[in-house]
Amino acid sequence: MVIPFSYTAKNLGARKMTTTLTAAGMALVVFVFATVLMLQEGLKKTLVDTGSPDNVVVTRRSAGTEVQSGIDRAQAAVVESQPEIAYGADGKVRVSKEMVVLITLQKRDSDKPSNVIIRGLGDEGRAMRPQVRITHGRMFKPGSSEIVAGRSIAGRFRGAGVGEQLRFGMRDWVVVGTFDANGSGFDSEIWGDVDQLMQAFRRPVFSSLILKLGDPARFDSLKQHLESDPRLTVEAKRESVFYAEQSEVLANFIGYLGLTLSVIFSIGATIGAMITMYASVASRTAEIGTLRALGFRSSGILVVFLVEALLLGLVGGVIGLFFASFMQFLTISTMNWQSFAELAFSFTLNPSIVAKSLAFALCMGLLGGFLPAVRASRLNIVDALRAP
Amino acid sequence: MAGTPIVEIRHLFKSYQRGGQVVPVLHDLSFDIAEGEYLALMGPSGSGKSTLLNLIAGIDKPDSGELRISGEDISRLSESGLADWRAANIGFIFQFYNLMPVLTAFENVELPLLLTGLGRRDRRERVELALEMVSLTDRSAHYPSELSGGQQQRVAIARAIITDPLLIVADEPTGDLDRVSAGDILGMLERLNRELGKTIVMVTHDQRAAERARIVKHLDKGELVDGESLLKTQ
Repeated sequence: MVIPFSYTAKNLGARKMTTTLTAAGMALVVFVFATVLMLQEGLKKTLVDTGSPDNVVVTRRSAGTEVQSGIDRAQAAVVESQPEIAYGADGKVRVSKEMVVLITLQKRDSDKPSNVIIRGLGDEGRAMRPQVRITHGRMFKPGSSEIVAGRSIAGRFRGAGVGEQLRFGMRDWVVVGTFDANGSGFDSEIWGDVDQLMQAFRRPVFSSLILKLGDPARFDSLKQHLESDPRLTVEAKRESVFYAEQSEVLANFIGYLGLTLSVIFSIGATIGAMITMYASVASRTAEIGTLRALGFRSSGILVVFLVEALLLGLVGGVIGLFFASFMQFLTISTMNWQSFAELAFSFTLNPSIVAKSLAFALCMGLLGGFLPAVRASRLNIVDALRAP
Repeated sequence: MAGTPIVEIRHLFKSYQRGGQVVPVLHDLSFDIAEGEYLALMGPSGSGKSTLLNLIAGIDKPDSGELRISGEDISRLSESGLADWRAANIGFIFQFYNLMPVLTAFENVELPLLLTGLGRRDRRERVELALEMVSLTDRSAHYPSELSGGQQQRVAIARAIITDPLLIVADEPTGDLDRVSAGDILGMLERLNRELGKTIVMVTHDQRAAERARIVKHLDKGELVDGESLLKTQ
């Protein structure tokens, strides 16, 4: 039988101030740790949600992003003739030939310029993104100088709201609608008619081709056909993979930076926990002696103090996560280094982050509590009983 | 009168290391304590009485010699074996009560029972009985800080008898109490000895406390002096 859990819990409660301060230190670290994971997750989710697994993105070989890619009409015609591509109800192949350029727009609040993606696309391209819904105004009309702005762009950039005008490609473009792409990367784009945009930017080539697969399982066959055809210099990726790769560098950077910060902070918090636990052992030396005299084994004492330290970590973890969960209401934007464009995303909390954060907090507690617990368990009974 | 010996001490030696020097505390001590005895150990500070009590209680180990309790040589037990042995055989009463401040009187008394295989209901029954014996039934939900010194020592007595141990060891049980409370506690120990037949070994400075015991042994410089004085007969 072990020393009751209530003894441990009540001891933590008995030293309210020390417990609160130590748990607060740990909570802060867990907050940073969880926030970084949430940021990373939010970024990944935004970009992964952008892609659909039965869509295929075809870009120029080793272009990496659509902005860097170019596919001329001859190559586009070859790509379109592949047998794996689905046919629409109208009997046409389901291919969207798109043009993607970056333009610089000024932010509404700070006037600072930032890169924004302009995507030119046709009816098929819109049909391939069913998650995109017009929330204000209407969709642009093909063949016109009309554009629609994603939710994250419309509010934050000058001239990007419905009824406003933007000037680029030596033309004025009227914003006729705002769309919601359900948290995906398209929320940070401006869409217009592909032919109009290609003319305005004097682009003879498409940036990318988006293909709808007839059977998603035939992706490998399509990829093999496209990439081995001597007439083509293209590569094909599932849209979901394509966008996931776009988030890799930034997500990894945030991850490493956050992990480094968390680890450095956690050293401080762990030392804090250690000091608290040493103080706890010191102030309870006579109690430890008494418990040992009553017949509790030294291993039992070790467990008592380890559990106390773990509990301290758990309290810190729960508080840290509680505050971190409010970050979900926040949307932030940053430059995605791979596309060089502004990308808005929100902090995302999921069960895996909760588990990781709590495990992290428990680790801090365990590390901080280990040495004091060993010390407690090794106290000489007679000496401990003599302690004041 | 005294029955078979429950504690047999033979040629017991104990010394401490202090600042690189060996300080002898107990020197070739041999004596028995009979079952049902109530023994008071007296002596000046540093005479070794507390060390002797610690050895008998199994919280310290002798350098050499035999220390048999109920036939078992406890000086040969391992650390954890000794812990289990204490849980089963020894009831402790300390000068400063040594109750767990975060536990209620009930929980403090229950603590030694957690080391037995008893179920929750059995534990509850025994704790209630023990608290009744020390007249603290109405204080079972109180924390030590809410009790007087005398009441705390009564809780400690209840804790010491809860497992029905072979031996009760008391280290200056009245050392921190006023005269009335001290008398109260001594009366209780006396009743434990007389009515329940508990063997008690008590270390004390207090002549009045020692007078309540059946036998007083004086220790000086680690040795028994003038044999023993039989203060009381039944």
